[in-house]
Amino acid sequence: MTIAAEPPRRAFRPGQLLYDTRYRGITIQVVALILLVALIAFLVRNLVVNLHALGKDFDFGFLGNRAGYDIGQTLIPYTNNDSHARAALVGILNTLLVAGLGCVTATVLGVLAGVLRLSKNWIVSRLMTVYVEAFRNVPLLLWIVLVYAVLSEATPAPTAFRGEDAEASKLFGLIAFTNRGTYIPSLVWGEGASTLGVVLVLSILAALVWRAFARRRQEATGQPLPVLWVSLALLVLPFALTFLLLGAPLTLDVPTIRETGIARFNGGINVLNSLVALWIALALYTGAFIAEIVRGGILAVSRGQSEAAFALGLRPGRTMRLVILPQALRVIIPPLISQYLNLTKNSSLAVAVGYADVRATLGGVTMNQTGRELESILLLGLFYLVVSLIISGVMNIYNRRIALKER
Amino acid sequence: MKKSVLLGTLTLAGLAGVAQAATLDDVRGRDALNCGVNPGLTGFAAPDASGKWQGFDVDFCRAVAAATLGDPEKVNYIPLSGETRFTALAAGEVDVLARNSTWTYSRDTDLNLDFPAVNYYDGQGFLVPRALGVTSAKELDGATVCIQTGTTTELNLADFFRVNGITYEPVPIANDAEGRQQYLAGACDTYTTDASGLASVRTTFETPDDHIILPEIISKEPLGPAVRHGDNDWADIVRWTFNALVAAEELGVTSANVAEMAAAPTENPEINRLLGTEGEFGAMMGLEPQWAVQAIQAGGNYGEIFERNLGEATPIGLARGLNAQWTQGGLLYTPPFR
Repeated sequence: MTIAAEPPRRAFRPGQLLYDTRYRGITIQVVALILLVALIAFLVRNLVVNLHALGKDFDFGFLGNRAGYDIGQTLIPYTNNDSHARAALVGILNTLLVAGLGCVTATVLGVLAGVLRLSKNWIVSRLMTVYVEAFRNVPLLLWIVLVYAVLSEATPAPTAFRGEDAEASKLFGLIAFTNRGTYIPSLVWGEGASTLGVVLVLSILAALVWRAFARRRQEATGQPLPVLWVSLALLVLPFALTFLLLGAPLTLDVPTIRETGIARFNGGINVLNSLVALWIALALYTGAFIAEIVRGGILAVSRGQSEAAFALGLRPGRTMRLVILPQALRVIIPPLISQYLNLTKNSSLAVAVGYADVRATLGGVTMNQTGRELESILLLGLFYLVVSLIISGVMNIYNRRIALKER
Repeated sequence: MKKSVLLGTLTLAGLAGVAQAATLDDVRGRDALNCGVNPGLTGFAAPDASGKWQGFDVDFCRAVAAATLGDPEKVNYIPLSGETRFTALAAGEVDVLARNSTWTYSRDTDLNLDFPAVNYYDGQGFLVPRALGVTSAKELDGATVCIQTGTTTELNLADFFRVNGITYEPVPIANDAEGRQQYLAGACDTYTTDASGLASVRTTFETPDDHIILPEIISKEPLGPAVRHGDNDWADIVRWTFNALVAAEELGVTSANVAEMAAAPTENPEINRLLGTEGEFGAMMGLEPQWAVQAIQAGGNYGEIFERNLGEATPIGLARGLNAQWTQGGLLYTPPFR
């Protein structure tokens, strides 16, 4: 019988935790974990102690209480008898409205300005440079206040629209610009309006089918078919025809000035000056940043690409649309996400013009009237976090779709 | 290792807890009173042309500083908007909030504030241009209303229009300066806040006579200084400083004669107790025996402060009304100094 010689096993010594590379990593991690837990414990304890010292508890029950205050712009029905939670929801919708409007407008502006800044036309490119530098280098708050001041100082009061020979008149008899806001007509759905909606949906489907058909044909035969004009015709003609056949089921509710009592407009929709000011300023400001991102993206595409496209006989417009922009998008999208996030969070500057966004309702009046600072601010932070994560999530999916497919 | 972390944590947590110590010690340690005031409401609190704070609430801050520190100039004025004032007070940023704040049930209990005194009995009114052709607040149907956000007036306004079955559009603003600018620019038909505030704002217009304050007073607004709940000694100091100013008016003690009256005991024992020439009344609050003398010297008694900042001789021109002494048909009635 032979006995296999076992290697001598040395007992584990605590010193190895520090000097033995096999264990040192674990030691460092454990210490870091303890420190982190201690820090969190300290912060929580600090919170509990100070809340107790102030005699405050931590409770979200206030959200169910009657709000008692009114809000200027409500996208959903709201009265001062509704709860604080509903007031917060009104604010959230207002924030999302201005952020959505701002993102779309800023993108359009930014892409236009970015492309035009590269224009060979000296005047056009210099004008765009002036736009970008002016908006990028002046704080957003100043732009918001400036636009708001222009809107409320340069427009007439509602009383100016009164009487037979009024000082002010509505644009095309439809839109009234006043120092309170812009009154625009609203759509009234009459009988048979649903048919109109069905026709519109069918038209859109038809236009999409035509687009797919034209593309397939071009890929098969090389012959391009007109897409834009046919799509427009498909959208407009059936709609107009049905509209006339049904006897105009859609009507406009045009705002009219009240002649007695306090001057105000009845009917239509009041687009508050605070919303317009915030929207314009956010779009112009963020648009300037997007313009630079777009310019950088386009310049990142190698010159060889456009030269190759020209050699194939593509015109400059098509070269930009079919060759340059799709490649530039890969560079543009990631920083563009940050701009969307910035715009959404910057919308909280609404406080400067009294726009009722979520910071003004939940983080303003509700917080002040109930004294629930901690709860309100936590909810507010959570809201902006969730919205930002959703925006960047959606944009990341889009980014993955257009990213270079490596096989 | 773990032990020392724990100890460190406890030390830090302990330090955070100490911040809630006695306010009077904080004030003395700092050698200055942090007083939260309105960022700009002529007559109540506003910096004058030379940058010196002036007004009814400012004079109260000076009186408290004089009573506690012996010098009315040792005040740091911290302008606060309607929305931030209570948070600033709760966070310890100010020692006393003299910012025409209304004493209400929920502020007293739920917000954990204490209102040691009412220094001005007010009510909410409406300011309109004469050209609007409105003579009663009930005719304001459809009006656009400028309203300071985060105030009781915001809630009163909602209640008033609801009760009367009329509608309005609120235009939220942050402070009186913005309200004035929006109102004059015509961004709102009417501006609503406490009637005293309206009178004060109106004096700053180029043509005050083109604007009227509607007769309806739609709420009770007992305005007063506020302190944090829980430091009763400090609340006592604020309360009795105010009471001393009211008692001084009632007893005929003014800024002109207070030094003379305090020099030697007078015939009136109540004056003697107030001015520290009899008994140990200052020591009961942990203050100098001369605390009330210093408070009265800072800006005079309640009547003098009122007349100088808001009274009929000033552009604001408010009558004493409810804010007269109880002997004159008003509501000012101080408990006895005994």
